[in-house]
Amino acid sequence: MRVALFVTCLADQFFAEAGVAAVKLLRHLGVEVDFPPAQTCCGQPAYNAGYWSEARQMAEHTLGVFEDADYVVLPSGSCTTMLRAFYPELYRDNPRMFARASSLSGKSYELAEFIVRVLGITRLGQGLAGQRIAYHHGCHALRELGLKDEPIALLRSAGAEIVDWPAATECCGFGGLFSVKLPEVSLGMADRKLSTLPEIDVLTSADGGCLLHLSGRIHNRGLPLCVKPLAAVLWEAAQNRRTQDA
Amino acid sequence: MQVRSNEYPKEAARVIREEPQVRESVTGATLSFDAKRRAAYAEVDSEQWRHFAEGVKNHVLMNLEHYLEQAEAALKRNGVQVHWAEDAEEAQRIVATLVRERGVKRVVKAKSMLSEELGINPLLESLGVSVLETDLGEYIIQLLEQPPSHIVGPAIHLGLEQIRRLFHERFGTPLDAAPDALAAAARKLLRQGFLEAEMGISGANFMVAETGTIALIENEGNIRLSTSAPRLHVALVGIEKLLPRFSDLAVFLSLTARAATGQRLGTFVSLIQGPRRSSEPDGPEEVHVVFVDNGRSSVLADEEAWETLRCVRCGACLNACPVYRQTGGHAYGYVYSGPIGAVLSPGLVGLENTKPLPYASSLCGACYEACPVKIPIPKLLLTWRHRAVEEGLTPRFEKAAIQGYALAMTRPWAYRLAAKALRLLPEKALDNTVVPVLKAWVEGRAGLKPSPRSFRELWEEGI
Ligand code: SF4
Repeated sequence: MRVALFVTCLADQFFAEAGVAAVKLLRHLGVEVDFPPAQTCCGQPAYNAGYWSEARQMAEHTLGVFEDADYVVLPSGSCTTMLRAFYPELYRDNPRMFARASSLSGKSYELAEFIVRVLGITRLGQGLAGQRIAYHHGCHALRELGLKDEPIALLRSAGAEIVDWPAATECCGFGGLFSVKLPEVSLGMADRKLSTLPEIDVLTSADGGCLLHLSGRIHNRGLPLCVKPLAAVLWEAAQNRRTQDA
Repeated sequence: MQVRSNEYPKEAARVIREEPQVRESVTGATLSFDAKRRAAYAEVDSEQWRHFAEGVKNHVLMNLEHYLEQAEAALKRNGVQVHWAEDAEEAQRIVATLVRERGVKRVVKAKSMLSEELGINPLLESLGVSVLETDLGEYIIQLLEQPPSHIVGPAIHLGLEQIRRLFHERFGTPLDAAPDALAAAARKLLRQGFLEAEMGISGANFMVAETGTIALIENEGNIRLSTSAPRLHVALVGIEKLLPRFSDLAVFLSLTARAATGQRLGTFVSLIQGPRRSSEPDGPEEVHVVFVDNGRSSVLADEEAWETLRCVRCGACLNACPVYRQTGGHAYGYVYSGPIGAVLSPGLVGLENTKPLPYASSLCGACYEACPVKIPIPKLLLTWRHRAVEEGLTPRFEKAAIQGYALAMTRPWAYRLAAKALRLLPEKALDNTVVPVLKAWVEGRAGLKPSPRSFRELWEEGI
């Protein structure tokens, strides 16, 4: 099986290790990975801010880049949502483009979603034995993709303890441009979310934007918390560290 | 209609900074409401109910004229006098005429968001009529001369301590009075009000077209007293409040109570069907219904926004909203706050007057998940944002920035160049930036650092 990896601009620039981990993990699972070099950004910030014609330009570019792929895999819940739900929405009045957008929509998957729903794999390895992990549900992944149990199942089966976090499904306050348009509200939301966090080893999420925002806030407040993108944690999970140690 | 301010970003920041107790009260109360809603939804096939309620409301909205005529006829049959108000001024005129003609000096009010929307209290005060809010929360904010902060819990932004202090100053209750004692003090005063008032004003949760029934849900019993003790009852009814059949009420009453407070049914449900009959011991001599448009038909005619009118004002979207939790309702600057307010207000009073509201959301979708009539609030927020762009209401530099960004992102070489530039920035450059967007980011979130090599570079080197 062959997939085209859409690393997304944020991961490319700020979480390169998430992309690397995604490549290694997919290869480890027997998947061939392409990286179409013309890819840039899915256009979500423009779409969310109401600039639909600019969003369409970027959508069209992305549609061209991934047209020939069998599957498109993204280490990001919200960019997956952009491709899956919002691209077709952008072309509601344009049947030809709607057809192209729908075709991309149907073959795009967030990484953990792809592993569980397409590859049918629910166990990666034992690499997370004993780690206490808090999982932040990105809003788009949770509510638009319906991605809730899959990442948790993967982490748990690798030996992680998923801590009981009352605010796990609450918005962290990132919201793209929201975070800079309404900085006080955005930071207040991050603080509220972080203040409900029990003791953990790692905070992870399928969404780079949320993690950039949360880790920035954690840094700012001097909290001793370790933040890692889900792709990196899953790659760790795939390595049987326990056996290696022994 | 009143817009208190059009400054959501500033107001929100101010509330967060200067009134931290608001966040504490609002967060606590909304989390508890929200948990109760979840529990109450879980007892029923909530998806089925939401689907049904959405369908009934859509049907009413599609055939609104028919149902309004039917309701008018049924109300008249029941001996109710029917009025029509195109806007707030007309509604005020109708109320003012009634007050004058019937020599009304004292009014008791049952909690009604529509009456806030129409500015009924200031009107009555200007006519020299005394107005008493009879809902406890509403009464408290009336004492403080504040607008409601929440559709269902108007005083949600106040902590117990603040209310204790207020009652101590006004009624001399002890500073450590238990909530029950505070309610008792208010009740005594309200009782007197019910006995003396000549007119009671209420809203309507629903209006059944088939039977001309006004349905009201509450927990304190004050609505029932307000609508039955005075000799005159005036119900202000938004034209979107109609339900076709009496049998629809069963689902809507329960769905609304569950969504609002997690109750299976409100403690009191009043079904009012006209003035007192000769055989009845009590009830008002006259009942008036004022059907109010005030911008609703233009929302209905709006192909992209009409779904907003399904709203049953349960407040569930406010309770679920993490943005609302930060500030409560006052920062929004409009009668209806929170997610529904952010999409309803532009529809009722125009986007140019409510410009920042569609941005008062992170688009997390919790509101849609909570809404008992499935109003696609995130989609409506996006629609209003899109219109703001189309109508040239967004800042010019923002437009230019997004255009430049789109240009770069559709040219891979430009994207690479930008990525290169990002890595050539000196170590501390991002921390000390003056670029407004970046500055807003790094001020609250330290340590914005690009990966030493981009993924693209790593890939090209071989993974
Ligand atoms: S939009 Fe939905 S959840 Fe919000 S108040 Fe209206 S009915 Fe309730």
